[in-house]
Amino acid sequence: MAHDHHDDDHHGSELSEMQLRVRALETVLVEKGYIDPAALDVLIEAYETKIGPHNGARAVAKAWTDPDFKRALLEDGTKAVLSLGLLSRVGDHLIAVENTPSRHNMIVCTLCSCYPWEVLGLPPVWYKSAPYRSRAVNDPRGVLADFGVKLPSETEIRVWDSTAETRFMVLPMRPAGTESWSEERLATLVTRDCMVGTGLPLAPQKAP
Amino acid sequence: MDGIHDMGGMHGFGKVEPEPDEPVFHAAWEGRCLALNRAMAATGAFTIDMARAAIEALPPEVYLSSSYYRKWQLRLENLAVALGLAGADEIEAGHALRPGRKLPRKLGVADVANSLTRGSFGRPPRAAARFNVGDRVRARNIHPATHTRLPRYARGHVGIVEALRGCYVFPDTSAIGQGENPQWLYTVAFEARELWGDGAERLSKVSIEAFEPYLEPA
Repeated sequence: MAHDHHDDDHHGSELSEMQLRVRALETVLVEKGYIDPAALDVLIEAYETKIGPHNGARAVAKAWTDPDFKRALLEDGTKAVLSLGLLSRVGDHLIAVENTPSRHNMIVCTLCSCYPWEVLGLPPVWYKSAPYRSRAVNDPRGVLADFGVKLPSETEIRVWDSTAETRFMVLPMRPAGTESWSEERLATLVTRDCMVGTGLPLAPQKAP
Repeated sequence: MDGIHDMGGMHGFGKVEPEPDEPVFHAAWEGRCLALNRAMAATGAFTIDMARAAIEALPPEVYLSSSYYRKWQLRLENLAVALGLAGADEIEAGHALRPGRKLPRKLGVADVANSLTRGSFGRPPRAAARFNVGDRVRARNIHPATHTRLPRYARGHVGIVEALRGCYVFPDTSAIGQGENPQWLYTVAFEARELWGDGAERLSKVSIEAFEPYLEPA
C-alpha cells in the first residue's frame, strides 16, 4: 500500500508519520471533490463536545426518578432518549438493559467496536482493545476485577455482544442514600463505565 | 471471515487497562482520521459493512500492532483504492492526479448535525420470522471467508431466542456488494457453560445479535 514503509520499524515516530499520512489522504479526497474540509472541522468539534456520556447520564438519572420514563426507556431506548430533547436524532434501536440485585449487565463488541455513540460518546481505548474484547465474554468477573468491581457470587452476569446495529446501554441501580436527590444531582453519580457495565455508579459521598 | 478481529474468548491478551481521564482523541490526527472516514461514509460510496470488512482484511500482524485510528486510516486508503475512488499513486503523491468520480452525496457543514446519528438499518420484512421468543436455536457452524457477524465462539452452540429485534440489512451480503437482503434479527442468549464448558460460571450468560440465516432449530 502507498506510504507503507515498514512503519513497525519506527514506533517512536508514529505520530508524525500518521499526521502526514492522514493529511495526504485528506488532500487527495478533497481534490477529488468527495469531501468538504470545513465539514471535517465541524464533525471533530461535535465529537469532542456534543456527544458524550453526559447524554446517557441524564437518561439514567431521569429513569431513577421517573417510573414512567424508566418504563419507556426499557421499552424503546431510542424513543425515550429522543424525548429528553438532548439530541436532534438518535440512531435506531438503542436498547437499555436494567441491572438488578440478581443480574448485572455488561456490554461488549467482540468483533469490532460497536458502542452507543449518541448516549456515551466515542468509546474509550480499553473498550476497543483486544483484552476487553476477548475476555468480556468468557471471563466477565475477571474483567470486572480489572476495573476494581467485585459482585456477589450469586449475581448473574449477563454479557451483551453487540454483533449487529442494535446498541446497548446499561441502566445501573440507583445508589442507596440518594432518596432525596434531584435528577441533576443524581446525574453526577452516573459514570460512563457504569453504563457499559464495567463499573458501578459513584457512591453519594464520592459525588464531584 | 475467521480473522483476527473475531476475538471473543481468545486467551493471552492480558489485563484490561482503563486510562484515567482519557481524552476523546490522543492526537489531532485521530480526530481528523475519524472525520475523514465519516465524511467518506456519508458520500454513499460504500456501506458500513464494507468498511468493517476492510478493517478485518488487514493482515493480522498489522491489525494487532496498529492503534485503533491507524486501522481506520489503512482501511480508508485500501477502500479508496479498491473502489476506484483514488489511485495508490495519488495517495502516495498526496495529491489527486486525475479527476474524481461522481458520488451520490457530499457531506456539507450543514449536514454534520444529522450525520452524527448512525444510519438506519431497519428494513421491511419479506417473510414472516422463522423463530419465536423462547425457541431453542443452534448457531450454525458456518465459516464464510467473507464478512459475517456471527462470532466464532457461538457457532455450533445452542441458545434461547430472547427477543426479535426487527428486520435489518444483512451484513454478510451488504459487505460484498450483494445488496441489503434484509433478514430478521434476534437476541440469542447462551449459558456460559454451553459456550465455555463446565469450568465456566453457572450464573453467566452471553447473548449475541443473530441474523436469521445464522440460526437453525435445536
